[in-house]
Amino acid sequence: MTKLIDRRMGFFLIALFIAVVAIPVGNLAIEGKPVASYVVQLSGKYLCYALLAVALDLVWGYCGILSLGHGAFFALGGYAMGMHLMREIGTRGVYGDPVLPDFMVFLSYEQLPWFWLGFDQFWFAALMCMLVPGALAFVFGWFAFRSRVSGVYLSIITQAMTYALMLSFFRNEMGFGGNNGLTDFKDVLGFDLQSDATRAGLFIASAVALVAGLMIAKAIALSQLGKVLIGIRDAESRTRFLGYRVEGYKLFVFVVSAMMAGVAGALYTPQVGIINPGEFSPANSIEIVIWVALGGRGTLVGAAIGAIFVALAKTLLTGWIPEMWLFALGGLFVFVTLFMPRGVLGVIEESWAKLRRTEPVKEVTP
Amino acid sequence: MTAQLYLDGVERSFDGFKAITGLSLHVRKGELRAIIGPNGAGKTTMMDIITGKTRPDKGEVFWNEKVDLTKTDEAGSARLGIGRKFQKPTVIESLSVEDNIGLALKTDRSVFATLFARQTPAHADRITELLHLVRLADERARPSADLSHGQKQWLEIGMLLAQEPELLLVDEPAAGMTDDETMRTAELLRDLAGTHTVIVVEHDMEFVRALNCKVTVLHQGRVLAEGSIDHVSANPEVVEVYLGR
Ligand SMILES: Nc1ncnc2c1ncn2[C@@H]1O[C@H](COP(=O)(O)OP(=O)(O)OP(=O)(O)O)[C@@H](O)[C@H]1O
Ligand SMILES: [Mg+2]
Repeated sequence: MTKLIDRRMGFFLIALFIAVVAIPVGNLAIEGKPVASYVVQLSGKYLCYALLAVALDLVWGYCGILSLGHGAFFALGGYAMGMHLMREIGTRGVYGDPVLPDFMVFLSYEQLPWFWLGFDQFWFAALMCMLVPGALAFVFGWFAFRSRVSGVYLSIITQAMTYALMLSFFRNEMGFGGNNGLTDFKDVLGFDLQSDATRAGLFIASAVALVAGLMIAKAIALSQLGKVLIGIRDAESRTRFLGYRVEGYKLFVFVVSAMMAGVAGALYTPQVGIINPGEFSPANSIEIVIWVALGGRGTLVGAAIGAIFVALAKTLLTGWIPEMWLFALGGLFVFVTLFMPRGVLGVIEESWAKLRRTEPVKEVTP
Repeated sequence: MTAQLYLDGVERSFDGFKAITGLSLHVRKGELRAIIGPNGAGKTTMMDIITGKTRPDKGEVFWNEKVDLTKTDEAGSARLGIGRKFQKPTVIESLSVEDNIGLALKTDRSVFATLFARQTPAHADRITELLHLVRLADERARPSADLSHGQKQWLEIGMLLAQEPELLLVDEPAAGMTDDETMRTAELLRDLAGTHTVIVVEHDMEFVRALNCKVTVLHQGRVLAEGSIDHVSANPEVVEVYLGR
C-alpha cells in the first residue's frame, strides 16, 4: 500500500481530491455559483484525457511500445457509450421511433443492426467499452508482437489502424452515424445530461476512474511483471534469453491499456455530448504521446499531469489565438524533448531533490 | 556418440554471405569447451543458432539427442536450460542490480505467474548468495546502469547463474575485465564445469590457457582444428589464420 501510493502519487491524489470536492461544491452548493457549469464539464473531460494518458504511459513508459493509435481505443470506448446514450433517447428523438436512433430512421433502416443489440442495457455498454477496445488490441497485438514488429514500424501501423477506423466510421453504411457521429443525448441512467448535478456526478466518476487506472497501472508496474516490462523496454533480447516470451507480456499490457483507454472514452462521450469519427484522427493519438512526454514518461502521475496541463493550455489558447495552437503544441513538444527529457515531473523532482540536499547542511550548523 | 549439444553440417548465410559453412560440434554433458577464432569466424552466430535466435539454412542442432533446437525460440531455449551471456554485456539498465538477478531467477515465466509473484525470503537469500559470488553485494540497490563495464560483465554472469542453466554459452566474458578479474572468471567457469556444460568464446589466449580444456578453432564458419591448446597452437593453419596475427 505504501508502495502503491508513493510521495508523487500521494501529492497528486491530494490535489485531485481537493478538486473533486471544491469543483462540485463550488458549482452546486455555493450561492452565486463561483464555479461555472462549463468548468465542471471541462474538468471532467480533462480527467478522461488524464486516464487516457496513464493508459498510454503504461505501454510506452514501461514497455517501450510507442502506440500512435491509442486514440482509437478511446474512441471505441466513446462509441460504445454513445450507442447506449442513443438508445436511451427512445421516443424523444426528432422522429420519435422507440427503437431506431434518428440517423437510422433518416437513412431508412428497417431494423436495428445486430451490433446495436444489447446497447439498451447500461451494463452491456459498460462492458463493451472495455471489451471492444480490448479485443481490437488483442487481435492487433497478437499479429504485431508475434511477428516482432517493434519500434517505428509498430508506431506506423498503429497510426494506420486508427486512420483506417476513422475512414470506416465516416461511412454511413457502417451504422454509426457517419460523419455526424452520435449526439443529442438526453440522459444516462435516468439522469438528465444537461443538469449540473449529473455533470458533477460524471466529473466525480471520471476522477474515480482515473484513480482506479492509476492504481492498476502502478500495481502492474510494481509487480514482477512490471520488471519484466522494463526488461523488455531496456533490453528486449536479454529478456527473451532469460526465458520470457516477450510477445505475451506485450500483449497483456497492450490489452490492459486499451481497456483503460476505452473506459476513458466512455466517460468522455456523455460529458462532451458527442462522439464522432474525428476522435479516431491520427493527430489525436499523437497528441496523447505529447501529453505523456511532457508530463514525464514512465511516471504515470506525470502522464496525467501532462494531459491536464496540455488540455488546459489548449482550452485557453484556442479561445485566445486559435490559429496558434498547433504551433504552440509543436513548440512545446520540441522544447520538452530537448530540454526536459524527464518531463515536467522530472524537473520538479530534480529541483526538489536539490533543495533537500542543501537544507540539511544549514540544519547541522549549530 | 552421446552429446548434450550436437551440431552437424550446419550452414547459414546472410544475404548471400556464408557465415556458417558446414559446422559440426559435439559437446558432452559437463564438458568445458573453449571456442577461438578470428573476428567474423561465426562464433557468435553459432550461439545464435544454438539458442534459436537464428535459424540454420541446413544441418541439425540437437539438445540431449531429442530436442530439435532449430525449432525453438530464444525463450524456449532458455527454458530448456540453455543460458547465454552476450558478447556486449547486456543488463537491464534501469533496474537495480538486485532486480536484474531477481528477473533471472529460475521461476515460472508465464504472464500471470509473474503478475502475482511474491518475492519470497528464499529468493532474497538466493540473490544475496549470487551477489556475493559475483562480488556485487555492495551494489545491490544501485541501478545497474551505474556499474562499470567489468561489473556489468559480472552481473550478467550472475544472471546467467541465477537461471540455473544446464548449458552456459559465454561470449567473450573477459572483455573489459582486469587481469585479476579475468583469472577469477576462468576459475569460476572451471568450477562450474562438471555440474554444468560450459562453452566459452574468448580471444584472450591467457584466459583460454587458464581454462585448461579442449579448444575448438573456428574459421570461416567451420571447425578448423580441435584439441588441447598446445595441440591447436601447433597447427600451422591455425597459426596462419589466427594466432600468427
Ligand atoms: N544477423 C546478421 N545479418 C547479417 N550478417 C550477419 C548477421 N549475424 C552475423 N553476420 C555476419 O556473419 C559473420 C560472422 O559473425 P559472428 O558475429 O558470428 O563472428 P564472431 O566469430 O562472433 O566474431 P567476433 O570475434 O568479432 O565476435 C560476420 O561477417 C557477420 O557480419
Ligand atoms: Mg562474436
